[in-house]
Order: sequence, then C-alpha cells, then structure tokens
Amino acid sequence: MIDNPQSIYEKMREQGYSRRDFLRFCSYIAAAAGINATGLSTVVKALETKPRPPVIWLHYQECTCCSESFIRASHPVVADIILDKISLDYSELLQAAAGVQAEEVLSETIKKYRGQYLMTVEGSIPTNNGGVYCTIAGRTSLDRVKEIAEGAKAIIAWGSCASWGCVQSANPNPTGATPVHKIITNKPIIRVPGCPPIADVMAGVIVYLLAFDRLPELDHFGRPMSFYSKRVHDSCYRRPYYDAGLFVESFDDGSAKKGHCLYKTGCKGPVTYNSCGIIRWNNGVSYCIQSGHPCIGCTEENFWNNEPFYQHLSSFPGFGIETTADTIGATVGGIAVAGIAAHAIATNIRKRKTIGENASHNAHDDNDTKPADKQEGGE
Amino acid sequence: MATRIVVDPITRIEGHLRIEAEVKGGKISNAYSSGTMVRGLEIILRGRDPRDAWAFTERVCGVCTTVHALTSVRTVENALGIVVPPNAELVRNLMFCAQYLQDHVVHFYQLHALDWVDVVSALKADPKKAAQIAQSLSNWPKNTPGYFSDVQKRIEKLVKSGQLGIFANGYWGHPAYKLPPEVNLIGVVHYLDALDWQKEIIKVHTIFGGKNPHPNYLVGGVPASININGSTAINSERLAFVAELIDNATEFVEQVYIPDLLAVASYYMDWFSIGGGLKNYLAYGDLPTNGYNDPSHFKLQRGAILNRNLSEVLEVKGDDPDQVREYVTHSWYKYKAGNKKSLPPWEGETDLNYTGPKPPYKHLNFADKYSWLKTPRWKNHPMEVGPLARMLVAYASGNDDVKEVVNEALGKLKAPVTALFSTLGRTAARGLETKLIAHWMKGFYNDLVKNIKNGETRMFNDEKWDPSTWPKEAKGVGLSEAPRGALAHWIIIKDRKIEQYQLVVPSTWNASPRDANGKRSAYESSLLNTPMADPQKPLELLRTIHSFDPCIACAVHLYDPEGKQVNKISVI
Repeated sequence: MIDNPQSIYEKMREQGYSRRDFLRFCSYIAAAAGINATGLSTVVKALETKPRPPVIWLHYQECTCCSESFIRASHPVVADIILDKISLDYSELLQAAAGVQAEEVLSETIKKYRGQYLMTVEGSIPTNNGGVYCTIAGRTSLDRVKEIAEGAKAIIAWGSCASWGCVQSANPNPTGATPVHKIITNKPIIRVPGCPPIADVMAGVIVYLLAFDRLPELDHFGRPMSFYSKRVHDSCYRRPYYDAGLFVESFDDGSAKKGHCLYKTGCKGPVTYNSCGIIRWNNGVSYCIQSGHPCIGCTEENFWNNEPFYQHLSSFPGFGIETTADTIGATVGGIAVAGIAAHAIATNIRKRKTIGENASHNAHDDNDTKPADKQEGGE
Repeated sequence: MATRIVVDPITRIEGHLRIEAEVKGGKISNAYSSGTMVRGLEIILRGRDPRDAWAFTERVCGVCTTVHALTSVRTVENALGIVVPPNAELVRNLMFCAQYLQDHVVHFYQLHALDWVDVVSALKADPKKAAQIAQSLSNWPKNTPGYFSDVQKRIEKLVKSGQLGIFANGYWGHPAYKLPPEVNLIGVVHYLDALDWQKEIIKVHTIFGGKNPHPNYLVGGVPASININGSTAINSERLAFVAELIDNATEFVEQVYIPDLLAVASYYMDWFSIGGGLKNYLAYGDLPTNGYNDPSHFKLQRGAILNRNLSEVLEVKGDDPDQVREYVTHSWYKYKAGNKKSLPPWEGETDLNYTGPKPPYKHLNFADKYSWLKTPRWKNHPMEVGPLARMLVAYASGNDDVKEVVNEALGKLKAPVTALFSTLGRTAARGLETKLIAHWMKGFYNDLVKNIKNGETRMFNDEKWDPSTWPKEAKGVGLSEAPRGALAHWIIIKDRKIEQYQLVVPSTWNASPRDANGKRSAYESSLLNTPMADPQKPLELLRTIHSFDPCIACAVHLYDPEGKQVNKISVI
C-alpha cells in the first residue's frame, strides 16, 4: 500500500478547495454517474475516505481516440481526477518514462498493488499467428494483457475496439482482432463502447468506481446502464419529426435545413444504445445527428459490417407512427429486434455486482450471448 | 565498443514504436525504427461503399482525427469528379485548422515538453520569480505568483504521496535538462493549462461534425446545413460560438505556446544543430482558397526540396506512378516481383508476412525485415515530411506569411535559417505553423460569414451522390497535409465498390525502415550523432523522435491482393 494514502477530500482541501466546493464536486459526479439525491451522502463519504487507486491504461490495436476523448472530459474538477484523484501509473500516451523505465513502473505497480489496481484497455488484441501483429517491449499484446489482468481488481474495456473489436475486426479481420472479454474471462469487465465513447461517460464510469468501489449496474453486454440503456433514437431531439413523418431525403435539402429526421439517410439511431442525445458531445455542444449526419451506430457490435452507412438495407413501409421503430426493425432486419428483446430481458434480470465478487460472471454472460443477440447493431 | 539500447515502448506518442540504437563515444552511431502493430485496414476496405471510406480511414488515428477523413473524401471526389461548394471547402478548412491548433499544442505540452522540462526541478522554483519571467514573456492573465504557487504545491503533494502517476520514473535530474527551476515551473503550469485548454478548440469539430474525436465528413461537401433563420442548423449562435473558440485559441497560442517555445528553445540552442537527419523535404500543401483542385492558391504550398536547396521547389504530383512508390525490403510484407522492387500505390500489393523473431524477443534482425511500416520514396529519395517540411517548402516558394513568422522567430533566437534543419528546428516549425494557422482560421471564418451574407449557403453537391451516376471504373488520389506531414490516399472504384485503397501516411515516410538501397528514412537518419549522456536513460533520443510527433497507428497499413472479398449486406 501507499505510505500515506490521501483521500480525495484531503487532496482537495490541500489544493485549497473548501468543503462546500467538495460537496458541489460530489453532487456533480453523483449526477454524472446517474446517482439520485438520496445517494449523494454515499458519494460524499466514499470520496472523503478513499485513497487514489492505481490505474494501468493499456494501448493495443487502437487509434488512441479513446484517450483523446478521455482528456476532453468537460468538468474541470473531473479533468483534475486524471492527475489528482487516480494514480495513472502506466499510460503510453501521457507518461514521462519510456522503454525500460516505463516497464519498471508497470511491473512495480503490478507487484505492489496486486488485486488493487484498475486495468483499462484501449484497443483490441490480435490473436492470429500467435499475436505477432502487436508487440510491446518484445512481447505480444496477448501475452501482456493476460499477465496484467491477473492482478487487476477490475477491467474497463474502453471504446468499441476493446469492447467489440471495432474497425480492425471488420471483415475479413486480417489480424484476428479480439475484444478483451474473449481473452480475459475471470475478471469483472465494464465495457464502455463507442468510437470513441463520450468523454463524460468515460469520466462518469471512473467516478462511479471511485465513489462506490463496485461495478455500476451493467446491461447484458456489460455496458453501464446509466449511459447505454436508451436508444439514440428515443432520446433524439429530432424524434418528433420521425413520428410526424418528416424526413431529410438528401443532405442539405430543405428538410435538412429545418432539422428533420435523418432516418432515410441511413440513421442507425433506432438500433444504437448511447447517451448522445442526452449528454451530447464535448460538454453538450452537439452530437452527430444535431450536426446533420446520421448515426452510424458506433457503440454497437459489428457496426462496421452494417454499412453502407447512408442507406437502410431494404425498403421499408410504414413511417410516421410511434411504434414504427421496432416495426421497421422487424421488417428490415428481424435479427435486430431479437437482439433488442434479448437485451431488454437480460437487463431486467441482471443484478448489480460488487468488484471482486462473482468474478466469472462476465465470462458467463458472454457465453450466454447467442449469435442473434450479437446482431443488435444490425438491421 | 558500441552499447546497444532498446527503447520499447516509445511513450508519449500515438501507436507502438520501438527504437534500437547503438551508442559509441557518447553518441548514437546507428539506429533502427520499428512499428510493432498492424491492423490491416486496407484489406477491410475492399468491396465497401466508397462513400463510407472516410469513416473507416478516420479510425486510422484518433490523435490526428479528421485528417484521414478529409483525405478520403478528397480521394473519392477526385475519382468521381465531384467539386464541393465553396462553403463546404471553408468548413473543411476550419476543421483542419482546429485540428492543427489542438494537435500541435497537445504535442508540445503533453507529448514533447517533458523531454525539455524537469518536473521535479520545478519544485525548487520561486513562484514569484517564475511569474515575473512569465509576465515578461507575454500578457497571459493567469501568469501570477499565486497561481504558480498553487500549482507548485499541487505537484509537491503528488511527489510526496509516493504515487507519481504519469510522472513516475521520469528522467528527472538528468544532466541533459538545462532549464532553471523557474522556467521548469512555467512549463509545468502551462502543461496543465494546455490540458484544460485543448478540449475547447475542438468544439469547432463538434459544431460542424457532431463530435470529437472522429467528427463526421461527407463525400460531396459537409453534413451540416446552414440556415441562419433555423433553430438546429448552422445559425448565428453556432457561428458566434466558432468565432469565440478561434479567438480564445489564438490568444492561447500567442500568449502561452509561442512564448514558452521560444523561452525553452533559448536554453537549448545546441539542439539547433542536432538531429537534422535527411536533407530532403516533401509537402503536398493544403488549405485551399480557390477550391481543392487549384493548388496554386493553397495557403500551404505543394512541392519537394532536395539536398536542402531552398532556391528550388520541385513539382509534386500524386497521380504520377514514378513519384511516390513503396518498398517492403525491410518490412514484414512480400511483393510478387521480389523484395527489392518498389510499387506505386495504385498497383500496390502487400502480403502480410511476419518473419521476425518469435516473441518474446530481445532484438529484431535488422539484416532482414524489422517493421510493419513500408518504406515510401519520392523519385527514389527518402523524404522528411511534417511541419518543418511544410514551412521550408512554403518559405522556399516565397510564402510571405511563412517568411515573416520564420524570420521573426529566428531573429529573436539569433539563429540562422540553417538552424531549422534540426531537432529543435522541427519543434519550432510546428509552433510557428500553429501561429499562422490561427490567423488563417479567422480569415476562413470571415469568408464563410461573408458568403452567407451574400446568400451562398450550399454545403453539399448531390450530383454524384447516387452510385448509379458513377462510371464503371474510376481512379482517384487525394492529397493533404496532416499535422504530422504529407498524407495521401489512392482509390480504385469498380462497379460502385472499392476495388483498391491505399494510404501513404506521414509517419510512414518518417519512421519507416531502410529501403532496398540501404538508405535510412527520417527517424533513423536524424538519430545519428545524437549525444547520449547516459545510454540507459534515453532522454536525448526521445527528444529527436518526439520532434517528429510520431503517429504509428497511421503509419502501418497493408493491402492483400489475395485477400478475401469483404462480406457484405448479408445481414438480412
């Protein structure tokens, strides 16, 4: 353990924040983590007493968009968490040390904080040809991820690469790009998909773990309910135009200028679970649909194989009534509806878990995932 | 007797890079650069809708997000003969500029500064004195003793906690650090300020493209519409938002970034003669002011310079198969015509062919293949690309804006123009470019507002949107300047689908292994003669490598002619 572990409250006091600031901070992160007012005292207590948990942030087959998104976290105090509230012991993007010195820090954290560190993974892991398609310090990512996971308290799979495999796993998946949960099956894994995930969602997940020392409530795919329980379509401010049958037919047409529904330009909002319509991007500035582009479904499994992005896969009848989202889904791609239904059922029966308990639960979930379920992002 | 060192992972970069070097008499005598990760995006693109390619290629890199998307839409538009409306070109320029501002500032502070700034030394600084120095450099209002003292205390607590996080096991106290404690403190304070600042300017992407990282692009224009009387399209509120973001960003660049850059540089003048490397520079140019098809009106010029001859700028053509070609002699791929041949991108073939040591390994075999990066050449010359190449090509082309900022900065540092051919020259060129970009960005914004005022609101050209209007076969090339240098995509479209897609990317030019003739590329070349005070602590090596701003996920790519056709629309 650390010699003098400081709680977040102590750290904030030392930085000159008042108790009032601290409470405001608590209420912000409670809101960010989807906790209601009655849970606030729990957040306050947790942050007053917890030391900074070590975090090992790994990069494999990825483009670093998740890290870049994370550093865009919008609330200034949340940005401070990165430097002051967790101990980011290994991050190939930000750490000062390189090579041998970086590896020393990594092995020291693994040894010293065994069972206590949080492992976060950005990127998929190539498994073809013994994993030679990604090596770090002369070792394959496949080899490294297993070793580092061994002593982790919990794992966060950042983004669609670590959650699903993302673009490099699109057909024909030349390197055998594989998501984390298919390699590590004995640890709790939170999947935070998106290409990238929304910055404040990433911060919200970290904050939840920090405050409660347990996993947030997850859906059947291991995604936090707070951020992935609603379809983009259901929280879209353009939804009334869908219901009214007013659609953009072509980019920049009269309907586009009026902000009508983008369904006919291929919008995947009806089969995509994310908080874009609620939290929006980059401190609430906009989201894809608001800026005129259809959703491409970037939080869903296999979304790269569900293109062309600008059309739905066949013609579909029956616009303009409330029930059509699923009806259209049924007509266009019955698989998608099966996925959504399975998703809803799984969601209802799923129980919140404590980190460290039921470590095999996630693996079990994965085995439960029928091929049909996995087509959720499909049409 | 040479000491062999391995630095893997190179941190504070995008992607996975390994450097092996030999150190003799306190200097690097030989170096090898290896990209150690591959994803195979070009295989994945085969058989897909060309209008979707921007989204796939954008995911090549999330640090320089947007640049591949822009290059991809240009490539498809070039193949299909699409000309985008003037406002779409302006919005693309605004997004380009926002990317440069964010990317270059983050590079300087988050990825490069710790090579020059000793965080632990900053704890010894007198915050009052540090604030005085900072105030003498600029009018940035946050440069106060109280603020500096707060940040110093914050870092002190971090160090005392024993959990140093990202600063753990850094090279603190290394003899190659030369800044006085006060200047180190300025660097640390602004490191944190930059981290906070960078999330603002990218909101330009969010406004026009819906999100960042990875905003949306569109073949034929941009997805956002303009409707100044509408509630949801680009209206006066959105435009005012953009204007404010530009102004704030310009202020940060001028009041923080450039003064810090010059202050740090003044303590490391010897690095203006270290790390020059290659003598050839390539830039495709960018920021059209009269449409993408008129490179003579780009803000950043297109051209090549050989042997540092600034009196001649050679013509560069993306569609000439004798200009850009790639070798795989030392890359883990094989060509049908053999290991020694080079191929132009439209005829590019690659077969994934790992022949390196079985992991875990200690050393790579440099006589054979040792990287996932191919080796591109321009007319068979190794070329450096990036901010330095852009500034040199623009300078040599007589670009007045560029000449002015370059001459002004060199004047302040009392350095000759040849000082630019160096590690620090590369870092300085990036800063100067950022200053220019900020000013040009405001100009593009003003042009956009002027167009709207005159009733021009088109953002999209739909003439060739429908694939039934396309020819049976079409070829295209798109050129651009990513923050890290010259970037190009090549496409062949057949029967409305991608038949072939190739990317030749900045970090491939710079970080690639040797070619068939044994010639080094930019990283390997620039590391030669870099002094190493302690070979086991490779701080100086990191300086030179970071001066290129490596982006290795971009650099690695492949295309497999035998590759299976991509699945498709079989979901139903």
